[in-house]
Amino acid sequence: MTLNEVLTRLNRIFGRENSGATAKERLRLVLMSDHLSLAPDMIEQMKQDLVAVVSRYMEVDRDKIDVRFEHQDRVFAMLANVPIISVNRTPSPPMSRPRRRRRRKSTVQQDLQGTQSSSGTQPAAGTA
Amino acid sequence: MFPLREPYDVAQPPVSAAPVKLGRAIVVTSGKGGVGKTTTTANLGTALAKRGVSVALVDADVGLRNLDILLGLESRIRYHLLDVLEEKVELDDALVRDKHTPNLYLLAAAQSREKEEVDTESMRDLIEELRERFEYVLIDCPAGIEMGFKNAVVGAQEAIVVCTPEVSAVRDVDRVVGLLGNAFAPKLIINRVRPHLVHKGKMLSVEDVNSILRLPLLGVIADEPDVIVSTNKGEPLALRSDSQAAAAYHAIAARVAGEDVPAPMVEYKETFMDKLGSLLGGRR
Repeated sequence: MTLNEVLTRLNRIFGRENSGATAKERLRLVLMSDHLSLAPDMIEQMKQDLVAVVSRYMEVDRDKIDVRFEHQDRVFAMLANVPIISVNRTPSPPMSRPRRRRRRKSTVQQDLQGTQSSSGTQPAAGTA
Repeated sequence: MFPLREPYDVAQPPVSAAPVKLGRAIVVTSGKGGVGKTTTTANLGTALAKRGVSVALVDADVGLRNLDILLGLESRIRYHLLDVLEEKVELDDALVRDKHTPNLYLLAAAQSREKEEVDTESMRDLIEELRERFEYVLIDCPAGIEMGFKNAVVGAQEAIVVCTPEVSAVRDVDRVVGLLGNAFAPKLIINRVRPHLVHKGKMLSVEDVNSILRLPLLGVIADEPDVIVSTNKGEPLALRSDSQAAAAYHAIAARVAGEDVPAPMVEYKETFMDKLGSLLGGRR
């Protein structure tokens, strides 16, 4: 082993603070936040989907639902506060599945035509 | 050497008898300021013109004119972009021939005016007129995403985005690419890379940047002292042949022209002293 290689190993062993990795992580988080803030339609749609799913199991106060996004320590998290009014004894049938399939198809067709889904009722499939 | 009695500003851009097809209008943009848009425009324009094609550079940074400085043409600007847009002078009166490179012309920005004074429709028409006469029209976009940006992109069909390996620059490029949409097929130049710092894990690497932006990479330019020297002198680096950055600009120009050459990258070769230094120098 040459002295050069020894130094490489020693440097690795002692470790170096890796601010490049910090930059990459900060960038990843900030871009998630940016992309969400630039897609209010998508978030509104997601809220509605969320309510639809939860409503199968319990009655919720739709007007008081609060969905926020937060930087927490090392993750970017979605926080949903959904006040419950009552709990269903049995879940209502999953309404959304067959409808969702049809919707998705229409969205794909829209994407193929190169137009963006503009109405709030379209799931924002295909947009990252 | 450039003759002293060269007639000032009397530009004679190439006029083709039969208008064949329109040239390519490419906007050079970034969102963030200070990442090297103007340097890139000057060097890419020089490198393209050295390939023998006709190139017009348009400084769209109205109010903060700088492209003329980088080309060393600041003393020759008599008329500017707004004079042409407002039809005070003919395009030929405002196009300044580059003093180093044949086939390269500059349309300078107005220094004493504001970006909001540019009429978007006139700008579109002007870029089209330039495309009729030049094979390449490079538009140096101002920083920001407001009116100046909109006017700079309005006539372009393609975009080159310039990014440095910094969180703020990548974020802004991400935003600009979102604004450009799919229409401009944006391609990426990563500028001011310091291979030494990347190697030490103290700077975002090319892979880091493009794992986030996911754009076709035209090439990588190292942060070299030569760049500053060339700015001081008003001689784009691409005029030289003895610099790594110059070679990178020529490779990027070749790629823009459609040649299948590898994207220029920067590599760091760690020396013995570097390793010793980083071992002794501690962690920062």
